[in-house]
Order: sequence, then structure tokens, then C-alpha cells
Amino acid sequence: MKLVIHMLATLTLIGIISGALLSEVSNWAEPKIIANRKAETERAIFVVQQDAKSYKKIDSTDFELFEVFDANNNSLGYALPYEGNGFQGKIRIIVGLNKNINNLLGLEVLEQLETPGLGAKVAETAFTKQFKNLLLTPEIVAVKGVTPSNPNEIEAITGATISSKAIVRIINDGIKRLKAIQKSGEQN
Amino acid sequence: MSSKPSLSNEFVKGLWENNPIFKQVLGTCPTLAVTVSAINGIAMALATTFVLVFSSLIVSLVRKLIPTQVRIASYILIIATFVTIVDLVMKAQFPELSKSLGPYIPLIVVNCIILGRQEAFASKNSPFRSVIDALGMGSGFLLALFVLGSLREIFGSGTILGLQVMPNFYEPWLIMILPAGAFLTLGLLMGLSNFYVTHKKKIEKENIIQEYLKIKAT
Repeated sequence: MKLVIHMLATLTLIGIISGALLSEVSNWAEPKIIANRKAETERAIFVVQQDAKSYKKIDSTDFELFEVFDANNNSLGYALPYEGNGFQGKIRIIVGLNKNINNLLGLEVLEQLETPGLGAKVAETAFTKQFKNLLLTPEIVAVKGVTPSNPNEIEAITGATISSKAIVRIINDGIKRLKAIQKSGEQN
Repeated sequence: MSSKPSLSNEFVKGLWENNPIFKQVLGTCPTLAVTVSAINGIAMALATTFVLVFSSLIVSLVRKLIPTQVRIASYILIIATFVTIVDLVMKAQFPELSKSLGPYIPLIVVNCIILGRQEAFASKNSPFRSVIDALGMGSGFLLALFVLGSLREIFGSGTILGLQVMPNFYEPWLIMILPAGAFLTLGLLMGLSNFYVTHKKKIEKENIIQEYLKIKAT
């Protein structure tokens, strides 16, 4: 009996000390982690919307969406972070869209876990710059092995077709969702 | 009781003789997974060393208070606390590094080097000795991860610590940064170190025989 109490007391004591220590560290780290994440999104918004000077988070949607403004406070369009499944894990991207949502202004890959050296190339400028001024009607298409001939086409990375197509699919899904919301908004 | 090895021995044994990767073959999961570049290897090893040193210190300090029946649970609690601290600090101060190491930082909790050292060393030795041992093991881990990460980065991307070392016409071997490259590199390195050890032993043996024959002849 004495042993049982000793065992319980030891584990409880270690647990309490550990909990107290961790809550202190967490209190210190949490605001910094949130600030880091915010700074990253902010930086990405200005990458995908190069003329932007300020932005505003739109709260009425159930997904993240930012409206972007130029120096004179005129609306330039939107910045839309979106995520979906890639080849090995979740991919998080952000795209810049014009006001009518028919033109893609830029793409930045925020998070990805694709194969290093192959799929991970989707985050590199050589791939993402293809998305600049891409036509969004009817939707983006990834072509393989040939130079894109239509204004809504991009070339998939050789050896990383799945990752390339995943990016295209995520963008198309996100835009579909945004358009649906815009439509319902007009009807109201 | 036999006399204890000197403090410097306690440190050096982790570097080579008892190297956690090449000799004890412990903690290979993070070793194989994160060594796609030298910097990742260094960061992983430093994070592990931090956890190892502090866990060893605490475990050694409380070693006489913990009942044997719950020692493993207590060690894991102590280790998990330090791992969570490392994880939070990295996320707050080095978000880029924390992203590239991903889930492997929280997984340090189950790294067998750490639990192994608590069970085999810190629970039986004084705090000072345990910290020296932890530093030695950590340095051995750092050495192994740095060598592995550098080799894979040199052949896989043509760079080391982000600086280009291979000539421009060099075509990177993709396999080196894929998981298969990790197994190949680690296997070859272990083979080399074993070859060196057996070679050394053979020479020592021959020397003894030679000496014996000399004595016999006179």
C-alpha cells in the first residue's frame, strides 16, 4: 500500500511540475507562433497581389478570404488561401484573383510535403510563375510534355504530374467555392 | 566496485566507441528521415541533445526518489516535457526550421537514444557524470547526422549548407534525397566504420603474435 501511494505521488508530482512548466513556456510561445503565421500569410498576400498596398479579411465566408486594395483604397480583387491533398500530404496555397474572378494574378505555395527534388518543385518559382495572368474560364488545366497553347493551361512538372495536378485541382476547388458564394451573395 | 572511467572517457565514448548511430544503431528513424540536408541534420541533433542533456540531469537528480515500478513512465514524462519545450521554442523562434523538420521534433519523445541513456546511465550515475555522458552521446549523434546530411546534400543537391560545391554540369542524384538514399548512405557508412574496426583489431592481433614469436625465438 505504501508503495502504491509512493508511485502515485511520484507520477502526480512530476505531472504537476511538467504541466506548470509547459503552460509557462506555452504562454510565452503562443503569441509568437500566431504572429509568425500572420506574418507569413501577409507576406504571401503581397506576393500574389503585387500592386496591393493593404488588405482586409472577409469574415462573412466560412473559409479564409482576403480582399486586397491598392494605394487609393480601390479593390483589386482577392487573395484566397486554400488547401487540399497532394501526393504525400496536405498542400496549402494562396492565390491572387482579380475582382471578377476570371484571372489568376499569382500563386504561392505555403505548405507542402511532396517528394524532395520532384514534387517539392511545385513550390519553386519556375513552376509558380506559370500561374501569373492565367485565365480561369472554364478552369485551369495542367498539360503534360507539351508547351501550353491556351491561356488557361500550365505545364506539369516532368516526374511530378500528380503534385502538379494537385495544385491545379486545389486552385480550381477554391475558386469554385468562392464563385458559389459570390453568386449566392448577388441573389441576396 | 570497479573504478569508474574518467570523465573525458565518458564524453569521448559517445563520439566513436559507443556512437549512438554507427555502433548502438539507436534513433535511426529521425536519422534516416531528416538528413536530406546538413542543416536539417544539425538542427535535429541539437534539439535531441538539448532534450537528452536536460532529461539526463533531471533523471539523475531524482533517481533515488522514483520507485522502480514507475521509472519508465516517469522518464517519459520528463522527456516529453523537454521535447514540448523544444517544439514550442522552435515554432516561435525558427518557424522555417520547425517546418522542415515537421513531425520529427515531437517524435524525439520516442527516440530510443534518450530513453536508452536514462535507463542505462542517468538512473545509475551522478548528475554531473550523466550530463557529460549526455553531451557525448549528443555530439556523437550530431556527428553522425551531420556526416549523413552533408553526404546526401552534396550528392543529392550539389550543395552543402546551401552553398554550391559541385560544378555546374553535375546532375544531382535524386535518389540521395529520397528515403532510399538515406538507407544506402547509412549502410555504407556503417560498413566503413565496421571495416575500420575489424582492420584495426586484425593488426593488433598480428602484432601480439609477432611479439610472442620474437620472445619465443630468444
